[in-house]
Amino acid sequence: MTTPMVRCQSLRKSFGRLEVLRGIDMVIERGQVVCVVGPSGSGKSTLLRCLNHLEEPQAGRVYVDGELIGYSERGGRLRPLPDARLRRQRESIGMVFQRFHLFPHRTAVENVMEGLIAVKGVGAADARKRADDLLDRVGLADRAHHYPAQLSGGQQQRVAIARSLAMSPKLMLFDEPTSALDPELVGDVLEVMKNLAASGMTMIVVTHEMGFAREVGDHLVFMDEGMIIEQGPPRDLLAAPQHDRTRAFLSKVL
Amino acid sequence: MNRSVDERDPAAPGPASAGPAGPETPETNRISHPVRPGRWLAAGVTALVLAWLGWSVAVNPNLHWDIVVAYQFDRVIMDGLRVTIQLTVASMAIGVVLGVVVALMQVSDSQVLRAGAIAYVWFFRGTPLLVQLIFWFNIALIFPEIGLGVPFGGPKLVTWETNALVTGFVAALLGLSINEGAYMSEIVRAGLRAVDPGQQEAAAALGMSRLKIMKRVVLPQAMRIIVPPTGNQFISMLKTTSLVSVIAGADLLTVAQRLYLTNFEVIALLIVASIWYLVLTTVASVGQYFLERRFSRGFGVTVPGTLRGRIGRNLRFSGSTR
Ligand SMILES: Nc1ncnc2c1ncn2[C@@H]1O[C@H](COP(=O)(O)OP(=O)(O)OP(=O)(O)O)[C@@H](O)[C@H]1O
Ligand SMILES: [Mg+2]
Repeated sequence: MTTPMVRCQSLRKSFGRLEVLRGIDMVIERGQVVCVVGPSGSGKSTLLRCLNHLEEPQAGRVYVDGELIGYSERGGRLRPLPDARLRRQRESIGMVFQRFHLFPHRTAVENVMEGLIAVKGVGAADARKRADDLLDRVGLADRAHHYPAQLSGGQQQRVAIARSLAMSPKLMLFDEPTSALDPELVGDVLEVMKNLAASGMTMIVVTHEMGFAREVGDHLVFMDEGMIIEQGPPRDLLAAPQHDRTRAFLSKVL
Repeated sequence: MNRSVDERDPAAPGPASAGPAGPETPETNRISHPVRPGRWLAAGVTALVLAWLGWSVAVNPNLHWDIVVAYQFDRVIMDGLRVTIQLTVASMAIGVVLGVVVALMQVSDSQVLRAGAIAYVWFFRGTPLLVQLIFWFNIALIFPEIGLGVPFGGPKLVTWETNALVTGFVAALLGLSINEGAYMSEIVRAGLRAVDPGQQEAAAALGMSRLKIMKRVVLPQAMRIIVPPTGNQFISMLKTTSLVSVIAGADLLTVAQRLYLTNFEVIALLIVASIWYLVLTTVASVGQYFLERRFSRGFGVTVPGTLRGRIGRNLRFSGSTR
């Protein structure tokens, strides 16, 4: 048995007195595409942010590719990892945000090159070549020298995906990648994600696109109030939800 | 959100060939603007007043234009000009560095660093610069010797006499730059706060170190906010250096004053100095314009206003924060 790509053990996170994650357990195998759905405020974004340690959980553990994220463990005690080690872990986990967060002072190709140059120390010429390839892969070769403000939302999100892919991650996290887009631009982004899934990338996708979940997802997780209420194969779960809360939520979004 | 980057000067030729213009669509819209008699009247009066002012200044026998011409490039004046430029550039350079350091202290997680930064800004913004300058000039009255060694009254390795160390120029530099640092830190802090926190997150998710995030992601974006007020500070500093005349600073205004105390050409020498201040602020305005253009790259907006309008605005003395 190989180690799973992601293993989450009784993950808890609160902000002050607000408990946002209340014990999340989850195992994701290599190459799986897991879609996460749930009402607003249920803790989906917080879960993703705990996976690459942008948020520090109060309890529980996250393993990516068998490696404990954010801490080293000795004799049952956790110590925060040194910055450099944590950065290495984040490098291997790509993250795509709802509002893109492209670097506005850099062109599309420079955005994709940024991590290669600033993190991996790749030379400018090599970085440019890799960035050009990646932009081509997301269908934006002709927009390489545009600044983010000159691109449509869908184009910006595809640049953001290319920017993450440049780090050669083993896991990609998507936090509502299409929710900020005009409906006619959603398709292009989903198409890129579909191709990425087909290439064998392990992906966790927080989304309201049930079509994508059904078609591309291997596994569907329904969250509410910081807990996983129900999970399973997308078709089954969408067709016959077992819990009232799942049913109530799905009836609203479908 | 996507503002066009093609915003051009309306006077510039538009992209006439862009798009298939229908046969009945004219190339440019001919709009007949209504005549505004009030505006014409105001313009006429303004022109008249300006002409009258210019004429009365030009022919006024009390202004001694021949003396102005004679002293404009005088050696002593040129030395003062050099000191003014040196003081401005050095104080601004130190002030900007101090400002960045103190701003980073203010946004740090450490309470002690934050408290130190707040105390610094509170003190140096809260007391008049003139007092600070006189204070630095007379620092020897409080600390007659300055030494390197164990603090809190321990033994010293080396000591210097303060009066030898803190010359008029050094006192001026200390006063101006430390005061400037307090103002700059507020400007830098505003710039840092203007950058979307999502930027830091995206960079951190790529695996960038804090230092790199600051240097490559946050500061370049903050610069767009920081540069315009910093340009104003620079221009203001050119004029503020004249305050060091109270501590015998040998700057442009001080040397002009020394000259008129011997030859009594008060007005002529003040005009000489003012002409140089105007030249300096004009040059600085041009520099500011190009810096702003450089740092607004990617934001889809062109620097507002023309170069000419910018120079005019910067000459106003009301821009001074002191
Ligand atoms: N940094 C924070 N400080 C305090 N509260 C926070 C913080 N981040 C999130 N929260 C709170 O945690 C809860 C869960 O937030 P989260 O963003 O994870 O929800 P979500 O499921 O992603 O919702 P949405 O669908 O609206 O994005 C919310 O009530 C939110 O207000
Ligand atoms: Mg969210």
